[in-house]
Amino acid sequence: MICPKEGRYFLQGNIAVGEAAIRSGAMFFAGYPITPSSEIAEHASIHLPIAGGTFIQMEDEISSLAAVIGASMTGVKAYTATSGPGMSLMSEHIGLACMVEAPCVIINVQRAGPSTGLATKPAQGDFFQFRYGTHGDHMIIALSPASVQECFDLTIQAFNFAERFRCPVFLALDGIIGKMYETVNIPKRNEIKVVNRKKAIASKVDYQPYQPDEHLVPPFVPFGSPLITRANGSGHGIDGYPCDDAKNHEQLVRRLINKIDRYKKEISLFKEYYTHDAEVLIVSYGCSTRPAIAAMKEARKRGIKVGILQLQTLWPFPEELIASITSKAKLILVPELSLGQLKSEIIKYCHQKPVIGINKLGGVSIQPEDILTVLFREIEK
Amino acid sequence: MKCSGRKYIKTESLPFFWCSGCGNGIIFAALTRAMEENNLDNKDIVAVTGIGCWGKADDYLTTHTFHGTHGRAIAVATGIKLANPLLKVFALVGDGDGITIGGNHLIHAARRNIDIIVIMSNNFNYGMTGGQYSGTTPFNSITATSSYGHVEDAFDVSSLVKSAGAGYVARCTIANPHMIQQLISKAIKKRQGFRFIEVISICPTHYGKYNQMSSAVEMIKDLSERTVNFKDIDQIAPEDLGNKIMVGEYQNQEVEGFVHRYQRLKQSILPT
Ligand SMILES: Cc1ncc(C[n+]2csc(CCOP(=O)(O)OP(=O)(O)O)c2C)c(N)n1
Ligand code: SF4
Repeated sequence: MICPKEGRYFLQGNIAVGEAAIRSGAMFFAGYPITPSSEIAEHASIHLPIAGGTFIQMEDEISSLAAVIGASMTGVKAYTATSGPGMSLMSEHIGLACMVEAPCVIINVQRAGPSTGLATKPAQGDFFQFRYGTHGDHMIIALSPASVQECFDLTIQAFNFAERFRCPVFLALDGIIGKMYETVNIPKRNEIKVVNRKKAIASKVDYQPYQPDEHLVPPFVPFGSPLITRANGSGHGIDGYPCDDAKNHEQLVRRLINKIDRYKKEISLFKEYYTHDAEVLIVSYGCSTRPAIAAMKEARKRGIKVGILQLQTLWPFPEELIASITSKAKLILVPELSLGQLKSEIIKYCHQKPVIGINKLGGVSIQPEDILTVLFREIEK
Repeated sequence: MKCSGRKYIKTESLPFFWCSGCGNGIIFAALTRAMEENNLDNKDIVAVTGIGCWGKADDYLTTHTFHGTHGRAIAVATGIKLANPLLKVFALVGDGDGITIGGNHLIHAARRNIDIIVIMSNNFNYGMTGGQYSGTTPFNSITATSSYGHVEDAFDVSSLVKSAGAGYVARCTIANPHMIQQLISKAIKKRQGFRFIEVISICPTHYGKYNQMSSAVEMIKDLSERTVNFKDIDQIAPEDLGNKIMVGEYQNQEVEGFVHRYQRLKQSILPT
């Protein structure tokens, strides 16, 4: 590892993700190089074999996620990293991971799209792709860091959620956060809370691969175990054999969603800055948080009560949090490196309060002045 | 060796979902017998399937199974094998699955010599979706999407996999079930490297019907008449070879598989 011990290190966001992945116990990476995420693959290629794990560069992102899912079903923690075009190629297998209930972490260091777009430039245009990136009703978890420290912390969290809920978890980075260098505090190994998937304890007669526990998650059995297990991406019964019965499908898909939805509150991670008295609330995530903080400080100096809600969990969307925190605000600002994806989600839950987007394309970061200009214009109205 | 293969077969799920006369049942029987012949333990086997008629094979297996997406069985199998090299990983793919939508994974797995066994049921069309053409459909033949005769040429899959670098490549047909078992068994015994068995099969329901061969008996007879073993190739005039199905071992080489190489790499970088 680049950081063999606890302590303070000066790291790139992408590297912090890699360092955290290994500390989470990840032992398998399959991926395909793409800017601005490639450092994560390069890091895995160097450090996974030393840690006893396996790195492979696959022929594309379709096979990368397929291999990650296969590896995960042997009981190994597995991850991949990509950016927009690769995320699009992974679409079908996001659903496969949901359906076979393969814990895995998918890192998307967002860049400007659509298509090849601006290959080296940051963006936040995949907000909805995280949530709806595969066909059919389903649910995933997506976390988004706004600093290199959060890259580290939320990677640990992403693996923990993946293990606990047996589902794909996305890390929504962006070209700014992934490529940025900052000081990171790396805790002692034994101070990092690492969750491992619950193992099934059953007799050969009783064992059913998709029999959920009280939290709606089926306890896990790895390939190679004397308990024979089945992973099935087609509609299946609790025995893992195909089943196209209408009622069974309804139950299965509802369970896959509810196992996450039911624990939405616990999954919902966020930070607040001066929200207690805020009349203007900025809601941000990832890179747009940083100009928001600078703008807030400047506005407060001028006596304008601005606060920030920084979402670390993007999905499942924290509806109740948005509803309660916006209830006191008079104005809501949403800076985003997209044309307003997060904004459209906030509008649904914020009691018809005015919501103004500060939106930028072109792969250049939002500046504090961009936010302040809109702020001053709006409060003068 | 006489084996029933029963311990790998989920008898409660029988009869097979496949049409009567379909070649898949023959391949399935040969596969389970070869497993038994080599004394494989159910818990050590993972059978990975794609989507298609042959992709339903896992429904009848009592081993570990992974039923995934169309074309990607080999990629899933790669992850399984590399994450737990002790497992015996089989990928069961159709010609649509294995060389058409998933062709890229096939050639790369062969090049890397990923230590898995791939068994391709090549019935020259997409059985599951109603008999459309695939990457192995012969020139001029009729399918649901080539009503006027197919304009493209077909892949010679075994030659392709051989040239991609696989350690073991063999072709056989369902007209000779014993040979299927023998070749799979040999692939199992080789233990490492990428091993590919192409089984030329039949789909009487679609490909047969479209090409004026509606009975399985007739199709199997046609297969055996057109089959030539590599060993006998000298006895056939070159102009007659076009229509023949070449069977036998296309490649049988000692190779170092990916797993072994990667393990060596790991050892070489261990801090001393
Ligand atoms: C991505 C995707 N595209 C298309 C399909 C539809 N589909 C299912 S099976 C199949 C073809 C199967 O043909 P083959 O692999 O040759 O197997 P066979 O049915 O002949 O055994 C297709 C196109 C699918 N399931 N997924
Ligand atoms: S459609 Fe063809 S390949 Fe599919 S089961 Fe029937 S005969 Fe076999």
